[in-house]
Amino acid sequence: MMTSIPLRARAALTNMLLIVGLLLASLGTLLASPATMAAEEVAEWPADKPIVIGSKADREGYLLGEMFAQVLEDAGYTVERRLGLGQTIITYQGLAEGELDVYPEYTGTLAHAILKLDNVPSLEKLDALSRERGLKVLKPLGFNNTYAISMRRDQAESLGIATIGDLAAHPELSLAMSHEFVKRSDGWPGLAAAYDLPQVPRGIEHGIAYQALRESKIDGTDAYSTEGDIKRFDFVLLEDDKGYFPEYLAVPFVNAALPEKAVAALNQLAGSLDEDSMQALNAEVSTDEKSFAQVASRFIQEQGITSEQRVVSGAKWDKLGTNLIEHLQLTLSALLLACLVGLPLSLLVYRNPKVSRVVLYVTGLLQTIPSIALLALMIPLFGIGVVPAVIALFVYSLLPIIRSAITALLTVDPLLVKVARGMGLTRREQLRHVILPLATPNLLTGIKTAAIINIGTATLAAFIGAGGLGEPIVTGLSLNDYDLVLYGAIPAALLAICAELLFELFERMVIPAHMRGLKTR
Amino acid sequence: MSDDSAPAVRFSDLHKGFSGQRLFEGIDLELPRDRITALVGASGCGKSTLLQLINGLIRPDAGKVEVFGAAVDYTNLPVMRRRIGYAVQQIGLFPHLSVRDNIAILADREKWEESRVKARIERLFAMMDLDLALLTRYPHEISGGQAQRVGLCRAMMLEPPLLLLDEAFSAVDPITRIEVHAQFQRMQQEEPRSVVMVTHDMNEALSLSDHMVVMAPGVVLQAASPDIIAKAPADERVARLLEARA
Repeated sequence: MMTSIPLRARAALTNMLLIVGLLLASLGTLLASPATMAAEEVAEWPADKPIVIGSKADREGYLLGEMFAQVLEDAGYTVERRLGLGQTIITYQGLAEGELDVYPEYTGTLAHAILKLDNVPSLEKLDALSRERGLKVLKPLGFNNTYAISMRRDQAESLGIATIGDLAAHPELSLAMSHEFVKRSDGWPGLAAAYDLPQVPRGIEHGIAYQALRESKIDGTDAYSTEGDIKRFDFVLLEDDKGYFPEYLAVPFVNAALPEKAVAALNQLAGSLDEDSMQALNAEVSTDEKSFAQVASRFIQEQGITSEQRVVSGAKWDKLGTNLIEHLQLTLSALLLACLVGLPLSLLVYRNPKVSRVVLYVTGLLQTIPSIALLALMIPLFGIGVVPAVIALFVYSLLPIIRSAITALLTVDPLLVKVARGMGLTRREQLRHVILPLATPNLLTGIKTAAIINIGTATLAAFIGAGGLGEPIVTGLSLNDYDLVLYGAIPAALLAICAELLFELFERMVIPAHMRGLKTR
Repeated sequence: MSDDSAPAVRFSDLHKGFSGQRLFEGIDLELPRDRITALVGASGCGKSTLLQLINGLIRPDAGKVEVFGAAVDYTNLPVMRRRIGYAVQQIGLFPHLSVRDNIAILADREKWEESRVKARIERLFAMMDLDLALLTRYPHEISGGQAQRVGLCRAMMLEPPLLLLDEAFSAVDPITRIEVHAQFQRMQQEEPRSVVMVTHDMNEALSLSDHMVVMAPGVVLQAASPDIIAKAPADERVARLLEARA
């Protein structure tokens, strides 16, 4: 065991270099050939090719994804789990680009958010439209997980609110809805129009909405009708008396190339879950903190799909080392890449104010793209997983590095540059012996800023399946499990502090004391 | 490449202006070899510009600059500049380098043996009355007068045949300045070379130089030895500059 640490460190470095190499390679292929639609290749499924299972980052998604994985494993397939991938845009892009082979989707979401239809057509129609995109809709699992509005039971009863329509008489109620729900035309805008509701909801991450509702920070939020927390926290669901919300039947959404045998295995789950049993399973995961795999395994056994209960390691803390290493790999690869690109670029442009301004403007613009949107934008280009995450982090690192590098180079005392030139140092010698050493303190500050931004932003990389310390955070949010959230958040914060300290140490090593408060003579 | 009989510097039909303002319109001027030439005149007369035209920090709009008979080669300035020592008023020692590394920055690039570097520095320090213990210090750890002399040592490290001094004695107090003048004159006796110095101080020019060029904006008023200039100023403007001295 004692020798494992340097080995691991070396492996981490090798992986990092591999990632950088992969990035360059994928950039190369991207430039060389237009993206090909993997989904259109309806070829034989190679025996050793794993089936990649995705899910969104919500409790039910993890649970259904785990069930899909287990029935496919029972059918003899190798599967790869990429559960907890952000929101619809990410899972759908993943499936469409061939990065995923199957994930649980809902008919309503499929119709509105993916196919951009005004209504929810029949399953046959949805399947036919999906096939045009190389995808397929399998048989529904049974339950309808539609949108609902939930409130605290005591407040709803004291105000006499039982239906969504009753909300119209209480404009003072403070509502907060998940970001997706606030935006979607079939979400709040449509609902407010249909019921003439006066409230203006705030956007909130669904994972923390229930906590906020429970602590009376808000009075109502959007819910999914099968959520276990509704029972757990004694919330009520308001009746959709005008039948506004469409059907959201859960279905396996798959790559059309998936072999028949795999489709048949997934179809074993068809009709096996109604709203009540799904709510119960969801509640079981959240209250008992059993791992998704255990709950899924027991359910599948009860359904008679498999005869043996699988042994699942229930511990949720066993991945800290892996998560930490993944996190460091993401952060360091992106930082290295950003330095390799940003520093030479700065050297190239800093003496030309016009070009510098353009470079700063473009990198500044990239910086303003919200991180989750940037991650989503990466999927069609680079798929899901580590590579797109590293590229997104790289993009975020560019601005602090380039901005500080250009400033550092420009603020080197012009007298010293003139003296260096006048005495006969070549351009390269001026850079190497005068300009760069004098710019180093400011350069390092920029790299440090980029590193710390990276460590924070990398927690979002879990949304596109890149792992890291974001993984427990994302899972924790979907489970309302704050321990798990802290389990990712605290190491990430400590990592940021460590990075700060390491940079300070490094500065002390490479910059003589008197150069930290720069003086010219 | 260099002509033994040529003047140290020759400007021929030199034109130079800055952002539309014309400064020199066809100046012809020769600066003698192995002598100390002082360029004097009020601020804005172009004396510092003239100095920087010699080592190519400023390029002429038209006309020719020759150093020891060879036209300045703007495609290969570093090579020429290493044969021209350059020291400025603000000294410009590199704060991240020790005194030794500041002085030897060019010798190190030229890959001099350490023993040769050491011998050269010892000689320079002896002429300049500097203590070898300063070598390991950083610029912020030495006095202003010491820094000024270190700057001169740096300019003379490679034994350049031509030395350019841009107000190089003016950043220190009057007493230190007298000391540095004496050390500079001693150095010129031991290692005679062509020197072109810019100064706004008439006294300094009269006492240090062998040849003076008195300038008004864009024009040379008089070029002669200090004696002649002091006794027979060419016109009223020269006379006024002489009177203005303390």
